Amino acid sequence: MGPQPYVERYVVQGGVFDAIGEASTQLKSVLKMLGIPSDITRRATVVAYEAEMNLVIHAGGGEITASVFPDRLELFVRDEGPGIPDIPLAMKEGYSTATDEIREMGFGAGMGLPNMKRNSDSLDVRSEVGKGTSLFAVIRFPSDPVQQPVKEG
Amino acid sequence: MKLVDVVRFTNAEILYGEELIGAIDVEYAYGSDLMSDVLAFARPGSLLLTGLTNVQIMRTAQMLDIPAVVFVRGKRPQDAAIALASQVKIPVILSRLSMFETCGILYREGLLPCSIPDREV
Ligand SMILES: Nc1ncnc2c1ncn2[C@@H]1O[C@H](COP(=O)(O)OP(=O)(O)OP(=O)(O)O)[C@@H](O)[C@H]1O
Ligand SMILES: [Mg+2]
Repeated sequence: MGPQPYVERYVVQGGVFDAIGEASTQLKSVLKMLGIPSDITRRATVVAYEAEMNLVIHAGGGEITASVFPDRLELFVRDEGPGIPDIPLAMKEGYSTATDEIREMGFGAGMGLPNMKRNSDSLDVRSEVGKGTSLFAVIRFPSDPVQQPVKEG
Repeated sequence: MKLVDVVRFTNAEILYGEELIGAIDVEYAYGSDLMSDVLAFARPGSLLLTGLTNVQIMRTAQMLDIPAVVFVRGKRPQDAAIALASQVKIPVILSRLSMFETCGILYREGLLPCSIPDREV
């Protein structure tokens, strides 16, 4: 069971392009405040940001829940959007259904899901067409010897 | 390379962060108009060059701890982008040269590219 995680929840609006990144920015500052190492914070922020982009662009909005445990961060992202018909295809670099209008804003390289995978220790994507998509990413913290008895955590 | 030299070599204009740029040094750069490309390949601390003008480019820079952003071919970033830049204290530079020329000059002067891993398949 272990200790209770520190939990943050962000609601992301669909279609509000200017707001993309607000949730991830908040998460980034929370992780920084909690003293998470900067490379881990960066990876977690990239995963959250890509997820947030997808919620806004593809899913009509959704929710990101971040749970910080002593040894890991878990990101749970869910939406009730159109779903992903072929997950292995969506996971491929370069695959995107984004429109030209979306591409003009700098999204739609088809790199988001591969980026999320690369930056997390595990990524689980589930989706049902017409029902929605959920993503579960885990980012482990390095076991840092100085954090043990020598220094207060 | 000192950020002041980036500005000098490309004959660029500083739109925000005049007082910050003296203290900034960059070694690597990444040029792209795709946010996810930047997120995938820009290494920490690298300079970002882009032809996009929206607020997301500054958000992306902030997420990655990018020290400064160069907007190319004279396209001014939107007000919201400059507002965010000043909030997060990331200098904004405007080059009148094209992406190719701006990158070419900085490459010639010694800025290094971010490496792109080989693609699977
Ligand atoms: N939450 C989602 N709901 C529905 N479809 C999704 C969702 N997330 C991703 N997709 C689908 O998977 C494709 C690939 O997603 P991915 O994030 O890798 O690339 P992208 O969003 O198209 O471009 P980029 O992330 O580079 O801006 C999308 O184009 C879209 O078709
Ligand atoms: Mg995406």
